[in-house]
Amino acid sequence: MNRTAAPDAIAADTKPWRDPGAEPFIGIRNITKRFDDFTAVDDVSLDIYRGELFCLLGGSGCGKSTLLRMLAGFETPSAGQILIDGQDMARVPPDRRPTNMMFQSYALFPHMSVEKNVAYGLLREGKSRAEAHARAGEMLKLVKLESLARRKPHQLSGGQRQRVALARALVKQPKLLLLDEPLGALDKKLREETQFELIRIQETLGVTFIVVTHDQDEAMTLATRIGVMNEGAIVQVGEPREIYEEPNSRFVADFIGSVNLFEGRAGMAAPDMMRIDTEVLGPVNARPRPGLTQGQTVWVAIRPERIGLSREKPADAANAVPGVVEEVAYRGHMSSYRVRLAGGQMLRVTQSNLTRDVDPISWDEPVWASFTPAAVRVLTE
Amino acid sequence: MARGWFLPLAVVLGFVFLYAPIVSLVVFSFNESRLVTVWGGFSTRWYVALFNDRQILGAAWISLKIAFAAATIATVIGTLAAFVLTRFGSFRGRLLLTGMATAPLVMPEVITGLSLLLLFVSMELTLGWPAGRGLTTIIIAHTTFCAAFVAVIAQSRLRDMDESLEEAARDLGAGPVRVFFDITLPVIAPALVSGWLLAFTLSLDDLVIASFVSGPGASTLPMVVFSKVRLGVSPDVNALAAIIIAIVTTAVLIAGLLLRRSMRRPQ
Amino acid sequence: MNRLSDNALWRATARGFAAIGITGRTLVIAIPMLWFLVFFLVPFLVLGRISLAEAIIARPPYTPLFERAADGTLSIIASLENYWFLWQDTLYRNAYLSSIRIAAISTICALFIGYPIAYFIARSPEPRRTFLLLMVVLPFWTSFLLRVYAWMGFLRREGVINNMLIWLGVIDQPLVMMQTDLAVYIGIVYTYLPFMILPLYANLTKLDGALLEAANDLGASPVVTFFTVTLPLSLPGIVAGSMLVFIPAIGEYVIPALLGGPDTLMIGRVLWDEFFSSRDWPVASAVAIVMLVLVVAPIMWLQSTQDRRELD
Repeated sequence: MNRTAAPDAIAADTKPWRDPGAEPFIGIRNITKRFDDFTAVDDVSLDIYRGELFCLLGGSGCGKSTLLRMLAGFETPSAGQILIDGQDMARVPPDRRPTNMMFQSYALFPHMSVEKNVAYGLLREGKSRAEAHARAGEMLKLVKLESLARRKPHQLSGGQRQRVALARALVKQPKLLLLDEPLGALDKKLREETQFELIRIQETLGVTFIVVTHDQDEAMTLATRIGVMNEGAIVQVGEPREIYEEPNSRFVADFIGSVNLFEGRAGMAAPDMMRIDTEVLGPVNARPRPGLTQGQTVWVAIRPERIGLSREKPADAANAVPGVVEEVAYRGHMSSYRVRLAGGQMLRVTQSNLTRDVDPISWDEPVWASFTPAAVRVLTE
Repeated sequence: MARGWFLPLAVVLGFVFLYAPIVSLVVFSFNESRLVTVWGGFSTRWYVALFNDRQILGAAWISLKIAFAAATIATVIGTLAAFVLTRFGSFRGRLLLTGMATAPLVMPEVITGLSLLLLFVSMELTLGWPAGRGLTTIIIAHTTFCAAFVAVIAQSRLRDMDESLEEAARDLGAGPVRVFFDITLPVIAPALVSGWLLAFTLSLDDLVIASFVSGPGASTLPMVVFSKVRLGVSPDVNALAAIIIAIVTTAVLIAGLLLRRSMRRPQ
Repeated sequence: MNRLSDNALWRATARGFAAIGITGRTLVIAIPMLWFLVFFLVPFLVLGRISLAEAIIARPPYTPLFERAADGTLSIIASLENYWFLWQDTLYRNAYLSSIRIAAISTICALFIGYPIAYFIARSPEPRRTFLLLMVVLPFWTSFLLRVYAWMGFLRREGVINNMLIWLGVIDQPLVMMQTDLAVYIGIVYTYLPFMILPLYANLTKLDGALLEAANDLGASPVVTFFTVTLPLSLPGIVAGSMLVFIPAIGEYVIPALLGGPDTLMIGRVLWDEFFSSRDWPVASAVAIVMLVLVVAPIMWLQSTQDRRELD
């Protein structure tokens, strides 16, 4: 799982989703779930491959947890099919599925010790007490909790509870581990440490993970691929870099990170450049995008960190617009600006504070905001 | 309303109202005089009289047997009703069961008593069971309204319980029955204990329903006490009351201490 | 937790039942359902049916529903005569009205006594709160009958109150308190007070203290805050507590029998006498059916407040 490899240097065994011939491990086929008159999950299809750490990302009520619960078997789909390792899950109750789940509340049994919690699933498999406890001990070692085996859940800290829940869900060596907001209950600092811990464990055991989260940073850090959900549907599936750099819609562009969005019309296209005519920014030069007809309504999306600010108009900039700095927020490693454009609209710009600037751009200064064609993402929906 | 004299005064008067009669009951149980409210010196003679009263002792034994049986069956039925109502989603007859498991809480006792008696009489005529009335019919009658109380207590505990505990056990390979005994039951056990105790006390306390459905030879303690006090105050009843109050107070205080200890655990 | 008792055995049993159309689920539903049907709902049907019969001197002391005539035809004997009798005889009408009056007045008194206590407990800091709550519930666990009996000793002509007042010189002739309606009010309020306090307390503890501070901050005095914020928000608790007192009080028998006078009319007492003294089962049944109709509406109201609470 080499996340930093150049995107084009594919090895099909580490990125099987790029190989059209690869056999998916989990097949979600046209799954719909309705509660009375509310459709929680709407015709979702998704393939997930062995060894992936797949994140379902979305706001609250987008259906991501319902989808996860259907995989675990706690909810029955209203329509569609779920295949795990080629086996149809329709009539398989949760206790017979090859999946285990880590619950958002951790759901540690309050009347059992840490060790008993972890051994519970093994005992249900018919393992002997001795074997179950031995395996539970090994698992606790993996999550570095072997010294707390005899404690009760209420005697543990939040982070310790989280690791017990993880150990309990992993001890049966499930083919698939489902994690519902696994880090949601931890504070920020602990969460960051635990993210890498989670990746380490996943890589050690080679289990396929599906993680539900509402936190985009978490999804970006953890995932091999992300599925962005909105109103019960999957709106985009892709690697973290794709989702951020090449969002397929205004929703995804806006949901992941922060973005400037302006409406426009597709204009002249040349082989290496195309023009989008916007009301706010004027003509914008972008990389050509196939499949656009001239005059079609499109949106340009520009990330704030891809925009440069200068007092003078840069001579060689492909795109430059004048404006006045309305607000500056100093945030340590970077500063955020709100620049008022001629038409009154705001442009968000962030600049990294790489050096200690003696004379930083400040309030009420007239500035030029410039960006390259590559910084512009043209969206059709 | 938070400051000032009104609230504390009202609360103090309220507690005086609640406790003055009980205190005087206990004080006069140690009275030498037969006149219950005129102090004639300290004496335990009414306690001696009470322990020589075969009728009262017999009735107390009957009442304890009934209360034990009724509370136990009621805990089983009430727990099942609560479990079904909180965990089974929608099913046919759900509304009916909700109503039937709640209405006995407030149903006037005379109605419950009379209707159950008429049921038992009709059943005896058509089915031949129950033959006559006595312990069995009282136990059934008490079980019914006690089960409603247990169901209320168990339902509120089941609602508070994190349902993902049960799902986690399912997820780890336990079947539904297994989950109930491994997870649900241990988690709600404290609520069931208090439900059982409440049912036990309610059964021990009931006069009206028992009077309707009881038969010859099955007089419960409240029935005997009622026939005594109907004729006026009687000092051995004071002694009985003092004993009951002592037992209940001890039990409640112990329960309270246990509860406090369990609450002190960080959640 | 041995292996034998685990899944395989349960599954085999479950399969066996499922084969004849019974799943574990229906079985679990069936147990409480059947119990309450047979011992709670069916009795009311029997009650209704016997209220349509006529009293006779026999075992059982009422006429059968079906009668086979000499020619073999089956006829149903049912009449509304008992209800007509209840309607005509002012005793019953007055008893119903007076029961409602007594129950209503007692409920209001219990509310006025119970509300400050519930409020005080709900606003108390933790160790004291548990203690006070325990103090409220404690009398409830002791015998109901004996608590009513305690008031007999209190209210009698030579009772504690009269002795005290005479000793203090407030009065020189003992007051007549026993065997009056006043004694019945006291008895009902006393025995049902915990039923009023507990739902009120449950409601008031959920009241967010910040709401009171907000009202205060916006310029409301404590008294105004109480009437504009606390009281409206505690309405569900008031309804629940009031119904828990009102409904059983309507059918109360023991309290009027022990504390009330011969002219204290309450329908529970009338029913009791009709059944145990007159041994007229059909009339007693009709009395019960009418009483049932009276309490159904408040029971539904209580149920609806409970449902709404569950939705929160």
